[in-house]
Amino acid sequence: MKDLALEALDAVARGGVTYADVRAIEARERDVTTKNGKAGHVSSAESLGIGIRVLAFGCWGFAASSDVSKEGIEAAAALALEIARAGTAAKKHDVVLAPEEKYEATWVSPCAIDPFAIPVDRNLATLLALDGELRRDPAISLAEASMHFVRERQVFASTLGSLIDQTRTTSGAGFSALCYKEGEIQKRSYPNSFGGQFQLKGYELIDELDLVSHAPRIAGEAIALHSADQCPEGTFDLILDSSQLGLQIHESIGHPIELDRVLGTEANYAGMSFLTLDQLRRLRYGSEIVNVVCDARLEHGPGLGTFAFDDEGVPAQLTDIIRAGEFTGYMTSRETAAAVGEKRSNGCMRADGWARLPLIRMTNVSLKPGEQSLEEVFGADHAIYMETNRSWSIDDKRFNFQFGCEIAWEMRGGKRVRMLKNPSYSGISTEFWNACASIAGPQHWTLWGVPNCGKGQPEQVMGTGHGASPARFRRIKVGSAYAG
Amino acid sequence: MRVDAAAVHHQVVRAARAVGVEEVEAILTTSSQALTRFANNAIHQNVAENSSQLSVRARIDSRTARASTSRLDSDAIRDVVEQAIAITRLTEPDEESLPMAEPAKYQSVDRWSEPTAQVTPAERARAVAEAIAAVESAGHTAAGIYSTDATEYTLLNSSGVHAHYRETMARFSITAMGTGSSGWAKASACDHGDIHPLELAISAARKASQSTAPRELPPGRYTVILEPAAVLDLAGQMFGDFSATAIRDGRSFLNDRIGKQIFGSNVTIYDDAWHPLQAGAPFDGEGVPRQRLTLVENGVVRDIAYCREAAAKAGARPTGHGFPLPNEYGEAPVNIVIAGGDTSVEQMVAATERGILVTRLWYIREVDPYEKIFTGMTRDGTFLVEDGEVTAGVRNFRFNQGLMEMLSKVVDLGPAVRASGEETFDMVAPAMRIHDFNFTEVTRF
Repeated sequence: MKDLALEALDAVARGGVTYADVRAIEARERDVTTKNGKAGHVSSAESLGIGIRVLAFGCWGFAASSDVSKEGIEAAAALALEIARAGTAAKKHDVVLAPEEKYEATWVSPCAIDPFAIPVDRNLATLLALDGELRRDPAISLAEASMHFVRERQVFASTLGSLIDQTRTTSGAGFSALCYKEGEIQKRSYPNSFGGQFQLKGYELIDELDLVSHAPRIAGEAIALHSADQCPEGTFDLILDSSQLGLQIHESIGHPIELDRVLGTEANYAGMSFLTLDQLRRLRYGSEIVNVVCDARLEHGPGLGTFAFDDEGVPAQLTDIIRAGEFTGYMTSRETAAAVGEKRSNGCMRADGWARLPLIRMTNVSLKPGEQSLEEVFGADHAIYMETNRSWSIDDKRFNFQFGCEIAWEMRGGKRVRMLKNPSYSGISTEFWNACASIAGPQHWTLWGVPNCGKGQPEQVMGTGHGASPARFRRIKVGSAYAG
Repeated sequence: MRVDAAAVHHQVVRAARAVGVEEVEAILTTSSQALTRFANNAIHQNVAENSSQLSVRARIDSRTARASTSRLDSDAIRDVVEQAIAITRLTEPDEESLPMAEPAKYQSVDRWSEPTAQVTPAERARAVAEAIAAVESAGHTAAGIYSTDATEYTLLNSSGVHAHYRETMARFSITAMGTGSSGWAKASACDHGDIHPLELAISAARKASQSTAPRELPPGRYTVILEPAAVLDLAGQMFGDFSATAIRDGRSFLNDRIGKQIFGSNVTIYDDAWHPLQAGAPFDGEGVPRQRLTLVENGVVRDIAYCREAAAKAGARPTGHGFPLPNEYGEAPVNIVIAGGDTSVEQMVAATERGILVTRLWYIREVDPYEKIFTGMTRDGTFLVEDGEVTAGVRNFRFNQGLMEMLSKVVDLGPAVRASGEETFDMVAPAMRIHDFNFTEVTRF
């Protein structure tokens, strides 16, 4: 792998370049799913390829290939240079990169139990056991469960002289129960919707999730939702569980702080951001108790955004994004850091495999735990508590959002008084975070994985991490998804 | 990248037989994809990818599983076959699973344009530079993409299926950004000569100019004119439900609605892989030939898609819409043609006393799976229509709209065109004028 990366770097650097880097990546994946008592999707995949990024003539060029023969590498290197040259037809200024050090490093993410050493039949046995629990009541028309494992080894080599060998293993698992009855579909998921929980761990994650023991409750809730009251429309205090709050952070903080969005380079697809450069260190993003960090370091936890170096060879870092409610930082790259007066990138460039160009992506963007107990968070006179995301939507500058959840409860004096179906809430990002009234402490904090964050053209899918504990927000608009 | 698919398949069969397995399927995909991306009136990301993938499915007794690799050397081919067989042996048996599909005849389609396959980075850059100049000259800032792809796909199995398809695809998308306003246009075609970047740039710039200083209107029910991209991105969300497997699972909104009138009588929808504006292979993920389906006829749900297994369970014929096995979703129609009418967008505007003209929708997500309510935002060109004329740009709305209600209130249909958005796959769809569209909130721009 190192030889491959260095051979490709040599091939492109020979052409006379300002800068170049190469990522040689070998990836292995396994997907195992079950559905209604049967194996669903059972597959494994392996890939090997190179991505060559070159800065020449003041422009970027990028070419990738799964042909890693000498001829394939030479062709990709030549194509990257040809593409960079073509870019001069529409160039406004030469690309300039923030300085960075040369690094030689080898890093392997912690993985207590190698998921690829666990045979597929054991994966299926676990999933089928919980499938059986989910379908004990025939009212469950669809039970689905899944596991997903990825190991990716990447060797990064650059003309700065860096040679970085990183191996990351991620695991994910979850299940859902769907009940169709009398013209209504209700669904519950564990531990999160859209595939469950994903972390930078090995098979130990599957053991920690204790999937089977949660199946009866989840199935029961999917059925009970049919006889629950419709979530009311109005203004209420809102309590969110940590998984839903993780997605709220992702959409209304994580994406707006991507500096490439702010500078307009995602305008045609993902959109821009309300966090224009004049807002830095001026905007009151949230209430005094809101502290948010972007942290790719292992110290933050086993997140999908945890690594040692980003995909342009910059070390993992901690950046304060919101400090006591004040907006204090963006996610940057070597090309964009200077736009906000920074001398260095804060290490947020990530690519979806060897075939894609690194972009500014969330690493682990997390709400720091608060000081309140769970009883204090839930202790409002009257509130609505929502759990587990069902739908999410936000405008292309990240002002207006609307989320739906799978289930909610009306809370009075800290007690659940009735279950509510079809809950939703909506608002404006900064107004929402300024309404944050209490955040539960570190013992209730979970680092959630979002495995399917889309961005870029061609689209790239990235895993991001979001730590959160349950929190309460004052006077939030609830129920508008069913309004009108 | 040229690869001899038959030779690869021969190696797959030989490797499988060496370990006593007869039933195998190989899907070989090779592609060259290039994309020139621009923003702030300059090319900023410019990429190309050449890749191949061999995906092998084994079937042993009633078990099946799949393994894939990006490498095509002899060792890698043998390894991926052995991996597919190894995980197949560990998979649970499924007595309802079927043997490999049998050979069939395919109605051929020609969607390969050699000039499109050969477009160079310099050619894309020239077209982009011209488009940027048009937007700049209107005082706006341009962002977008110009991509050209060439893909070959071959599916072979041990029962003798040999299905081959190749396609080129060009896409151009552009956003023109003004001060407080924006406009957007996009097109795709198998032949890059059929898309016109400069015209798209001029259209996007005009929309950005027209929507300067957008007004804020209150949310509520409005007559809307949805341009084709907005129609496809919203209506396109429902076609995964026209699936026998989805209905059996209880996850389709068509449960208890087949044969019923759920849309207006002016709504007819087909799935037609041979439509001249469509793209995609004339066979499905098992090599079954696609059939033309009438999904909705005059508002009544008629046909649904069946993969082989779903068809066997239902006593129906497979329609050629199955996904590669094994999978849990079954099948879905993917060549959607929404029948159009003859009312132009200009005529729709002229016929509207007060309404909203929508260029594009964004971040569409399902709110209610059975009532088929979706939320999302308008984006990049939203206009107030008063007394038959576009009078102003307006701030973008959030909608929460049920599709059955929406498609029951269509009052005019435009000609069906190949439409391309960002929220679902490309379709053939018309513009629509629709009464009582439900806007529930307004954002800040």
